[in-house]
Amino acid sequence: MNYISLFDVIGPNMIGPSSSHTAGAVNIALLAYQLFRRPIAKAEFTLYESFAQTGRGHGTDKALLGGIQGFGTDDVRIRDSYAIADAAGLQYHFTWDDKTKTAHPNTVDIRLESPDGHVQTIRGESVGGGKIRIVQINDIDVVFTGVYSTLIVKHADRPGVVAHVTKVLSNHGVNIAFMRLYRDYKGGTGYLIVESDESIPDYFLEEIRENELVHDLMLIQI
Amino acid sequence: MSMDFTTGKELYQLCEENGLPISAVMLGREIELGSVSEQSVRERLDRSLQIMEASVHEPLGQPRRSLSGLIGGEAWKVYRTAAQSGVPYAEKESAVLCGEALTRAIAYSMAVLEVNAAMGLIVAAPTAGSSGVLPGAVLSLAEIYGWSEEKQMDGLLNAGAIGYLLMRNATVAGAEAGCQAEVGAASAMTASAVVELMGGTPEMCFQAASLAVSNLLGLVCDPIAGLVEVPCQSRNAIGVANAFTCAQLALSGITHPVPFDEMVEAMYRVGRSLPWELRESAKGGNAGTPTGCRLAFGKCAGGCANS
Repeated sequence: MNYISLFDVIGPNMIGPSSSHTAGAVNIALLAYQLFRRPIAKAEFTLYESFAQTGRGHGTDKALLGGIQGFGTDDVRIRDSYAIADAAGLQYHFTWDDKTKTAHPNTVDIRLESPDGHVQTIRGESVGGGKIRIVQINDIDVVFTGVYSTLIVKHADRPGVVAHVTKVLSNHGVNIAFMRLYRDYKGGTGYLIVESDESIPDYFLEEIRENELVHDLMLIQI
Repeated sequence: MSMDFTTGKELYQLCEENGLPISAVMLGREIELGSVSEQSVRERLDRSLQIMEASVHEPLGQPRRSLSGLIGGEAWKVYRTAAQSGVPYAEKESAVLCGEALTRAIAYSMAVLEVNAAMGLIVAAPTAGSSGVLPGAVLSLAEIYGWSEEKQMDGLLNAGAIGYLLMRNATVAGAEAGCQAEVGAASAMTASAVVELMGGTPEMCFQAASLAVSNLLGLVCDPIAGLVEVPCQSRNAIGVANAFTCAQLALSGITHPVPFDEMVEAMYRVGRSLPWELRESAKGGNAGTPTGCRLAFGKCAGGCANS
């Protein structure tokens, strides 16, 4: 993880043509899909700057649509992701916004909606070589990359949430590599992001959810 | 004893002290740092080779146009000339200037870029834009010399060691340092791998890699319409030709006076001094010509070097 591996050089194995505009786009959408953890009825994508300008020629749209259907960067189904989405009855819409300036040139917003109306928006950046970072969840600024096992706790910005979550993790012997807190405003909605080198088993989630200040949980397993 | 290294000099010392080729040191490093077994590394390398095999061969039987239509079918045209290498010169349909091995390697390298541009599966080596050089060389030579899969893996391991040093101590991103950092790096990796596979010493591998970096110093990244198609595909062909040439020089005992680590540093400094227009912005070089602009926008839409 913390060294350059042989397979960082001879790799990644990926659907072309571009590590940033294709593989990176898959990785952002795949994270959005993993975070959502629900069936997707409708997906909206807004592509900015370089993604908007050269995305069509790089298949960025197919990559994004593949990612939210759970396809990885080396999945040959990406080329046919429109047809596969159509067959599954998935609604999708792309906005190619080449006017708005964003912090990073390869930026996309992804809005996912489940059949029962649950909505999640994320903003992702493709920062080169297929590597990415998520910089917003539901309009709150965050930063994580999905390189580590990542637990995201949406909660009320009130005392005790961090203590509760770290206690559960500590009880199960999970070593926290990184931990950060974000919120929209004082007393509003917060996001606690915990990254770990080891896997964070699903059954911890129920214990974390027992705290009434916890609104929602997302987990990305490496 | 640790097999980790951070410079060419350290890698060379590990080879000398242990009497090992570069590939074996790189394998040791991967096993050590990844806390994995040799078998798991070889299983992943086997997968890399499978994907490479498919990507060098597919476009020869079934050429596909790229998303933009700028490329598609070139590999087959070159391969056709290689396929008639046994035909007497006077009866050839087209010239075979490069000989069988190089012609086939060029065809294969261009095939991978066709697969890449048509949203097929490739192994970035070290990047998607330079993904044809290494498999083009290793797989064509493997066919000609009948190399085992294990030997082909040694080629990838050797190339991986050189590529790692370029990635760690310079960059392999065209946006940072131009095409010299992508095809230049791939060519250096491949030159070194070919030397080892042909029986050369670690010393010769470094000489070949230094020569390969030196020959492509300053190569700019100027993709038409910002797409990984033109001039990327033919640059992969020159990456292979340069690798073969430098491997031949090194195997013949020719040396480059500047050590590999200094060439890595030189490549990085040259790259950083390239203007922004020549680092993957699709504004300069081929992309900045009136024709490049027309191919990108249908007309010269402004923003290019000639607007």
